[in-house]
Amino acid sequence: MKVIYTDVLVIGGGLAGLRIAIAARRRGHDAMVLSLVPPKRSHSAAAQGGMQASLGNVIKGQGDNEDVHFEDTVRGSDWGADQQVVRMFVNTAPKAVRELASWGVPWSRVRQGDREVIINGQKVTITERTEAHGLVAQRDFGGTKKWRTCYVSDGTGHAMLFAVGDQAIAAGVPVHERKEALALIHDGSRCYGAVVRDLITGELVAYVAKATAIATGGAGRVYRVTTNAVICEGIGAALALETGAASLGNMEAVQFHPTGIFPAGILVTEGCRGDGGLLRDANGHRFMPDYEPEKKELASRDVVSRRMEEHIRKGNGAKSRFGEHLWLDITLLGRKHIEHNLREVKEICQYFLGVDPAEKWIAVRPAQHYTMGGVRTTHTGESPTLRGLFAAGEAACWDMHGFNRLGGNSVAETVVAGMIVGEFIADFLDSPRGDVDIPTALVREAVEAERARLDALLRGGGSERGDALKIEMQQIMTDKVGIFRTGADLEEAVHRLQGLLVRSRSIGLRHRSDGPNPELVTAYRTQKMLKVALCIATGALARTESRGAHFREDFPRRDDAHWLRRTLASWKDPSDTLPCLAYEPLDVMSMELPPGWRGYGAKDYVDHADTARRAEEVQRMRDQLQGADRHLLQSEIMPYEHLLPERFQGRNERIDERLP
Amino acid sequence: MTETTPTPSAGAPRKLRFHVLRHDPRDPHSVPGTEVFELEEAAGMTLFIALNEIRENLDASLAFDFVCRAGICGSCGMVINGRPGLACRTLTQDLPADITLAPLPVFELIADLSVNTGKWMREMSEHLETWVHSADGDPDLRRIEAQMDPDLADSIYELDRCIECGCCVAACGTARMREDFVGAVGLNKIARFALDPRDARKDEDFYELVGTDDGVFGCMTLLGCHDVCPKALPLQTQIAFLRRRMARTGLG
Repeated sequence: MKVIYTDVLVIGGGLAGLRIAIAARRRGHDAMVLSLVPPKRSHSAAAQGGMQASLGNVIKGQGDNEDVHFEDTVRGSDWGADQQVVRMFVNTAPKAVRELASWGVPWSRVRQGDREVIINGQKVTITERTEAHGLVAQRDFGGTKKWRTCYVSDGTGHAMLFAVGDQAIAAGVPVHERKEALALIHDGSRCYGAVVRDLITGELVAYVAKATAIATGGAGRVYRVTTNAVICEGIGAALALETGAASLGNMEAVQFHPTGIFPAGILVTEGCRGDGGLLRDANGHRFMPDYEPEKKELASRDVVSRRMEEHIRKGNGAKSRFGEHLWLDITLLGRKHIEHNLREVKEICQYFLGVDPAEKWIAVRPAQHYTMGGVRTTHTGESPTLRGLFAAGEAACWDMHGFNRLGGNSVAETVVAGMIVGEFIADFLDSPRGDVDIPTALVREAVEAERARLDALLRGGGSERGDALKIEMQQIMTDKVGIFRTGADLEEAVHRLQGLLVRSRSIGLRHRSDGPNPELVTAYRTQKMLKVALCIATGALARTESRGAHFREDFPRRDDAHWLRRTLASWKDPSDTLPCLAYEPLDVMSMELPPGWRGYGAKDYVDHADTARRAEEVQRMRDQLQGADRHLLQSEIMPYEHLLPERFQGRNERIDERLP
Repeated sequence: MTETTPTPSAGAPRKLRFHVLRHDPRDPHSVPGTEVFELEEAAGMTLFIALNEIRENLDASLAFDFVCRAGICGSCGMVINGRPGLACRTLTQDLPADITLAPLPVFELIADLSVNTGKWMREMSEHLETWVHSADGDPDLRRIEAQMDPDLADSIYELDRCIECGCCVAACGTARMREDFVGAVGLNKIARFALDPRDARKDEDFYELVGTDDGVFGCMTLLGCHDVCPKALPLQTQIAFLRRRMARTGLG
């Protein structure tokens, strides 16, 4: 049996995982990254439109700062987010952009002087400041008060991933490509690494580490229609879930992006609407202002997606042989803008729809896009119930997105979480908590158990087919656990998924090769994906309210009185067919921004018992400290800076907020 | 190559015949050979859809690589009717009914259509040190970022769009002859860092990396790379420019 020892085992080679490994290396620890694919092919590369950071360089971003970013993010989350974590994030995001700038990311830059932009369907001339010339530029995105999204044309994630990937190479971080973690090695309270399968040779190897970090991205592929890459199957979440010790937070919070191209589901960026693109129906009518007079096309994603589906239900969808869809119109932005700032969009339209978006509208319909839930961690990224297990990025729930994530906040989270959690992992390794006695029997048994599971698939004589079960699961998730949910649909979904899970225990293979065998991979991943799908469906069934992206037609109101709490799903026994659900309340009395109306979407909700009291308390503090420095005021209402690693504490300089 | 409008053809759908080169180099019994799979064409069918259909219905063991299936990650480079390209964004309607698929040459074969581009690219990156070599160390992250000319930033991004798919290497005459040739992908990266003022390296430093026959002087100007690049990178100009610059540096 082969065993590899390291300090930090990072599972996942996207932006969050690579940034964690770099952080650990810089603090003098060994780090190793496992990746299903070459790391520069990770789904991080698919982030097109940009990352939010309140630099406030462009004139439409003037006055932006951490406070505004904080409020936008909390409102976007429909008050599901951990507000202290949001504060940590918004204070680190500008630092992340600046670090990436020094690492070579070719951020699009501000040009001084007049320029023509499209706002609300109209051409408007705005004038950029001389002192902003050459600084990182920002564009508009949904659910934000200011233009805050920093971008590299529309290849932001790609440019970030290549810069960070190259920094990882510079730091000498080994990336073990085409390796897949099959199970975490743990004793119920401490994690010791993972059992890993080589996807080329089929060899099983034990990776033993003081700290193990899951950075495997989202679970979009449990749905049939998704913008996610084919490797985003929620396997990292499943690894944590299968320990029985770690839990998954808010898995029912699933985001649907308004503009997946129809029918393939490939994403076209929110930057299309941020830059002035409009949504139109079968008759060419711009319908969003009818539903959302304030934010129109730029309400948060959950709201826009719901309005689009609502509009299609009313009979306004454009018909096609694949079903109904709506139109995204970016022709008004002009060819020059499209070929300069939206060139990936242009390529996607050209190759997959055969359409030139400078001349024709793009067929779109909402598609699954983002997993707000994930491995539940504290603000340090560590599981509160399994020592030495960390998680970051889309795979984690620490929890900065609550029930809906804002566009531009995910790719920002990957690097910010990588920075912060990477420091905390280094702290962990430097402390007695990181010490480890390696239980070699446990390691050996873990490898033997995985060997036995694979053998059962290869030679157990089962009759079920993995790919068929997977397709059925994806169809159930898209049909029954989608944008509009009802108790009846969810009950049916849970019941049918349970049936599939039971059947998945008797999958048999037609090809018995233990090497590069895609059928084997589908088989063991389907078993894991079904558990993740069940966490989503059972969480959604139990949550009898609507919050953010989780919308129950039978319970359309947000209900803070009963549901201002986080769902925790765990899988106690491998033979179970359902997760255990538990709940963790959010403390209104410590919130900086007490619950209220988001500024878009539904206006009626049920208040929490503490909301009025806390709102009054916060208002009193604001009145008392009127005119005081905003940082001082903030720290009075909800202190958070002590939670950040020292390296990332401190204010962020802006043109209008100079540091001494 | 794939720029026509997907219009559903009238009449009965075509029968497509996929001639796929198959081999598992780790299986001592495997003999490289072509296997033919027949499939009915569907509207808007890409090679991503077709290959997955083959795997689902005809042969579950067929090995190939896709990740983003949107033309942005560079995983699915393969030789399509003799020409390297991205399979995910190749529509079958733009191809004849007989479609030949082979793995990219030069790279280590994993199985069937799957090759190890990742290993090759990592070695290239280590060799050419494809990262910003900063002169000033870590910046103070609290401070406003350094300014950069907006046009220069755009020019850097133009070269930064490379997705390391390996098509340029597969289409390269020199790469077939010289095992250590860095390929257009490597030369383009050097051009990218040479353009970037944040990288403190000088022409003399770049000369050490690519001023050889495994670098820019190995290029025979066949420019297959330029013709097949899925991102339409200006490889011809960049290689010519870099060669002049390196020749000047070498003659010093």
